[in-house]
Amino acid sequence: MCPAQTGHIYCPKIFEGRSGRALVLPLALNDQVRTPAQLLEAESKQRLQLRFLHCPRIISTMLLTITTTHNPATDLGYLLHKNPERMHSFELSFGKAHLFYPEATPECCTAALLLDVDPVGLVRGKRGRHEGGTLDQYVNDRPYVLSSLLSVAMGRALGTAMTGRSKGRQELADRKIPLTATLAVVACRGGEPLLRELFEPLGYEVNAAHHPLDEKFPEWGEGPYYTVTLKGIVRLQDLLNHLYVLVPVLDAEKHYWIGQDEVEKLLRKGEGWLAAHPHKEAIVKRYLPRQTQLAREALAQLAEEDNPDPDAKEEAHSEEEMKMEEPIRLWQQRMGAVVAVLRSSGAKRVLDLGCGEGKLLRSLLQEKALTEIVGMDVSYRSLEIASRNLHLDRMPSKQKERLKLIHGSLMYRDKRLAGYDAATVVEVIEHLDAPRLAAFERVLFEAARPKTVIVTTPNAEYNVKFDTLPAGQFRHKDHRFEWTRKQFQQWSGRMSERFGYGVRFLPIGEEDSQVGAPTQMGVFSL
Amino acid sequence: MNITIPELSLVVLVGPSGCGKSSFAREHFKPTEVISSDFCRGLVSDNENDQTATSDAFDVLHYIARKRLAAGRLTVVDATNVQVEARKPLVALAREFHVLPVAIVLNLPEKLCHERNQNRQDRQFGPHVVRNQSQQLRRSIRGLEREGFRHVFTMSSPEEVAGASITRQSLWNNLKEQHGPFDIIGDVHGCGEELNALLGQLGYRIETGLAGPKVIPPDGRRAVFVGDLVDRGPKIPEVLRLVMKMVEEGTAFCVPGNHDMKLMRKLKGRDVQLTHGLADSVEQIERETPEFTQAVIKFLDDLVSHYVFDGGKLVVAHAGMKEEMQGRGSGKVRDFALYGETTGETDEYGLPVRYNWAAEYRGKAMVVYGHTPVAEPEWLNRTINIDTGCVFGGKLTALRYPEKELVSVPALQTYYKSVKPFLAEEESAPALTAQQQLDDLLNIEDVIGKRIIQTRLHRSITIREENATTALEVMSRWASNPKWLIYLPPTMSPCGTSKRDGLLEHPEEAFAYFLHEGVHKVVCEQKHMGSRAVVVVCRNADAARTRFGIMEGEIGVCYTRTGRRFFNEARLESEFLDRVRKAVEVAGVWESLNTDWICLDCELMPWSAKAQELLRLQYAPTGAAARAALPAAITALAAAAGNPEIASLVDQYHQRKEAADLYVESYRRYCWTVESLADLKLAPFHILASEGIVHSVKDHVWHMETLAEICKADPDLLFTTPFLTVDLTDPSDKEKGIQWWEQLTASGGEGMVVKPLDFVAKGRTGLAQPAVKVRGREYLRIIYGLEYTMPNNLERLKSRGLGAKRSLALREFALGLESLERFVHKEPLRRVHECVFGVLALESEPVDPRL
Repeated sequence: MCPAQTGHIYCPKIFEGRSGRALVLPLALNDQVRTPAQLLEAESKQRLQLRFLHCPRIISTMLLTITTTHNPATDLGYLLHKNPERMHSFELSFGKAHLFYPEATPECCTAALLLDVDPVGLVRGKRGRHEGGTLDQYVNDRPYVLSSLLSVAMGRALGTAMTGRSKGRQELADRKIPLTATLAVVACRGGEPLLRELFEPLGYEVNAAHHPLDEKFPEWGEGPYYTVTLKGIVRLQDLLNHLYVLVPVLDAEKHYWIGQDEVEKLLRKGEGWLAAHPHKEAIVKRYLPRQTQLAREALAQLAEEDNPDPDAKEEAHSEEEMKMEEPIRLWQQRMGAVVAVLRSSGAKRVLDLGCGEGKLLRSLLQEKALTEIVGMDVSYRSLEIASRNLHLDRMPSKQKERLKLIHGSLMYRDKRLAGYDAATVVEVIEHLDAPRLAAFERVLFEAARPKTVIVTTPNAEYNVKFDTLPAGQFRHKDHRFEWTRKQFQQWSGRMSERFGYGVRFLPIGEEDSQVGAPTQMGVFSL
Repeated sequence: MNITIPELSLVVLVGPSGCGKSSFAREHFKPTEVISSDFCRGLVSDNENDQTATSDAFDVLHYIARKRLAAGRLTVVDATNVQVEARKPLVALAREFHVLPVAIVLNLPEKLCHERNQNRQDRQFGPHVVRNQSQQLRRSIRGLEREGFRHVFTMSSPEEVAGASITRQSLWNNLKEQHGPFDIIGDVHGCGEELNALLGQLGYRIETGLAGPKVIPPDGRRAVFVGDLVDRGPKIPEVLRLVMKMVEEGTAFCVPGNHDMKLMRKLKGRDVQLTHGLADSVEQIERETPEFTQAVIKFLDDLVSHYVFDGGKLVVAHAGMKEEMQGRGSGKVRDFALYGETTGETDEYGLPVRYNWAAEYRGKAMVVYGHTPVAEPEWLNRTINIDTGCVFGGKLTALRYPEKELVSVPALQTYYKSVKPFLAEEESAPALTAQQQLDDLLNIEDVIGKRIIQTRLHRSITIREENATTALEVMSRWASNPKWLIYLPPTMSPCGTSKRDGLLEHPEEAFAYFLHEGVHKVVCEQKHMGSRAVVVVCRNADAARTRFGIMEGEIGVCYTRTGRRFFNEARLESEFLDRVRKAVEVAGVWESLNTDWICLDCELMPWSAKAQELLRLQYAPTGAAARAALPAAITALAAAAGNPEIASLVDQYHQRKEAADLYVESYRRYCWTVESLADLKLAPFHILASEGIVHSVKDHVWHMETLAEICKADPDLLFTTPFLTVDLTDPSDKEKGIQWWEQLTASGGEGMVVKPLDFVAKGRTGLAQPAVKVRGREYLRIIYGLEYTMPNNLERLKSRGLGAKRSLALREFALGLESLERFVHKEPLRRVHECVFGVLALESEPVDPRL
């Protein structure tokens, strides 16, 4: 028996039979194999973990100083629970933190919290997890910028001060005093405006000095680094809590896993000020990056605390929605059109080539007339996500029998694709290098040769209607080309002539009299 | 009784329970050759006599039999097989795999069988069982041949069984012991003069005597005729006489063609239509003696459908032979050999459309055939059709084996008008060869899944399935046209970790490594910090088309180590390639290497050209952050330096600041703005391959010197790599090498690469590393971090393992050269691509990327 039948080993043969079982994606690629993106970096000689490429950088300062001119300033020591005469060192998982006083006079007292991050330990520490070498980088800004690591250090070094308790100077701890905090350095993707938006509503005077990325190569653009000074008359406890929450927010990337207790931590540290902050939604979302469910919970709890102005909330929300909905509606329209064409073709057995994370597959599964649905993608990771999104493992067996996910490529002839009624190629061709279209054309129209082929692709003419899209730029970074209606129709005409298909065109989305619809669709039929 | 069976057959034992089938099988066959139904019953039910498991047991039995027959192994089925329903699927199985079914019947007295069963503990069934089986057997015996068994042997007494012996006979088509050399000759069709001329050209001496012609072949060679000796042509009896004589004397082999067989049927008096030139044969042979006619009939009747020569490496058949039929015998095999396969359609001339079996051929054996006239013989997946339509006015062609040379003589005249013009003279010759047309599209089954690739250099290399999965995505989404990708460069290991203070790498370890591997002479080459680039460049677009099958007019390609095009702009790329092409031309390398194309392994600088993203998002930010944060920390610390604990930190932070500055200086050295071609530098360091040769046979000094000539021709673009040869047995030479490295790295260079003088060097066990890099102290900041030189960091970094990296480097090296060898030997693209894909897949193995 083919071992694949047991579901443990991925074996292409399993897909050959038409009544083959739905694919249970068996390879767990994590840690054992480099991802394609990591592989590509081989080109640039040094590889880094891609996570740092695609996400905003960790923002944090290496050095935080807090200065007061309240007299006697040395009382700062009481508030921080740290004797100004001494240096205080703390062992942390990522290195050390030192707290010391560069200046301690009755007129002015400065406490400095210095993070001494161990770059080698940061990478090597994980040895046990990845046998044979980790993919993290030694070249990393984490040792030099204040990030969520700062929050960790603050928790260790200044935990009591953050609760507002003070032995011997409780009255001072409860009072607003002149305080200046300097952060050197923070990385802030939103730049100075974001810094101001975050700190000014809390009553600080914000001063940000920008550091260039590399003054010798101005073409690389501005760096995200700032030395920031915050001046205000606040309780020390508040200053500390503001920093604790907002420094990680400057950069949405956190260095540790975010779980439910993070929500609680956020609410605790944000108590009394976060609910009233005009940008609280952005703060929560960035504090809990990519955890929309958690962010929603946190926001709901904040709303209870504060009962904000319902109109203001509505306003902020609809703005967000506008941004979100436009593409969603186009997606839905695209899928609607694809399904409509499939229905009219009478297809029963359908291929979704380039199925990605399975958005269209979900719609196709709803179509009772379809007896066999095959989703193929070149990215194994996308298939894993599709499998998860479609709950393949928990799908009832009747439903599961209709669906197969296969890993494949449109650059290679593939027997598994032969003999289907229809194929959908939705927003795929623009991701292929133009010179390699020749292979795709033969794979699809000559070798797989479904009776109906549905191809959709962006209409480049419509791009002028997207305000946020600079002229001449493609809609997606991975697009290799975007065609005008004429270009698409010429290509389609060539295909139809060469491979003996008839072709018709359909616009998708709202059609503009000048530039047409945002998406164009060609329906090829034998 | 002597039982003679074909060496590859399906032997079906027939007889009731207790007749002694299993003992018989044990005595005459290997245990693994025998599949018994009892054993299979045991496999599925833990009880060999559990009759309820019979159906499952036979599923297993048939499954095993299929696997064995597919692999070409003699198989014995030990079951009662007394019912026709039981035998039918076995006969079908034999047919499916083109092996002969043989029945060996043990028709022993019923009483004896019953007694034997009585004596066995596990077979306590009544006498009626054996009785029924015996009856069924007796009813079956006469029909066995009709059922399809080609040989039936029946034994009726214990004595007969005891005295039986089995002889295995080679199949007629098995001439694996014949190793050649051969001259394989295409369809002759009575073109006697051309045949004589061709034989003459091949060095065969033809003497005509009273007893007919006598052919004396050149030393050790023999002719093989692909059939269709007769019909259409003017000298059919002469041709027959010559070939028959050669076959008789053992100087030639001959396989039958469809025309030969039709003539035979006619001569035997069957009713055959006199079409397609048969009338010519009949008319010409009628003029000969009846003895001659009889001899022809006998000769043709004895011809074997196809031959497998030279240990299975060569197959000759008239119309070709699929892999699964090679060396097998059945009606279907014979039909395929004579007629090939048709799709069932007919073309515009009313001729059957042939199924292009060669396009799908994946076999290891070379298949030489004829049958369908073609203008020029062309290789396609290790098959070649050498029927060049002599009788239609084309030419008569022979293939010399193992030389793979084609020799042909033109037809003296057109003897017969072809219905379908095969010499499409009015059309221009096809732009691409048949192989290139086929290779236009690669098949996914040739790349995905677990693969084991045989390489000349190393051994077989396994590509794990999950690695192939990653490679498929990279290859599909980013790589350039596979036709251009004939090589991907291997990864390179660093030298062992230095024991010196403050250094991670030092030439000493590299030298020691090679010396211990028994390499006495090495080449040190300056290492460039750019991006690895493979450049393929052709003399012109014509060469790109004929050699690479590129139809788009490109003259070459420049791609990265993952097969991605270096240049996004086509115009810039063609300008760049043109410069390289001109340099090769000026240096006279097209002539000196006798080639129209060349493949170079290079480094393209600056690093920033390709690593823009990485610099912008990782390297520069880290430097910027460090240089902004550290002074602030120093200021704060200095203010508190009265505290002795803090004073030590001040020092440390000053050092850190210095390291950050050095780091920024380091990466800046490899960055400059690229606005046009004038800002790029290409440093080639290997001439990988050119027409007919992979230059791994030359030493590195040859590579360096030849490349220096090319670089000299365009010093603005091409950079001549400085190098130094070092005799590792000479300490002063070694010292020179170390000094050179120190100079290179002191001025900020990346370091150097140490290679054995020979491109491929054998070490103590297997291959030695083809190259080892020794990187400079400052350069390594880019790899190991700004502050890697701080003593407590360095100490930890020194513990690094090189085993995985070195093993990977060797496997990729072997695959890289293998892909070039395959390309140079004009193997199908899928075979080249397999290796290229393999390198990419191996790259996805998780190895510490800093090594």
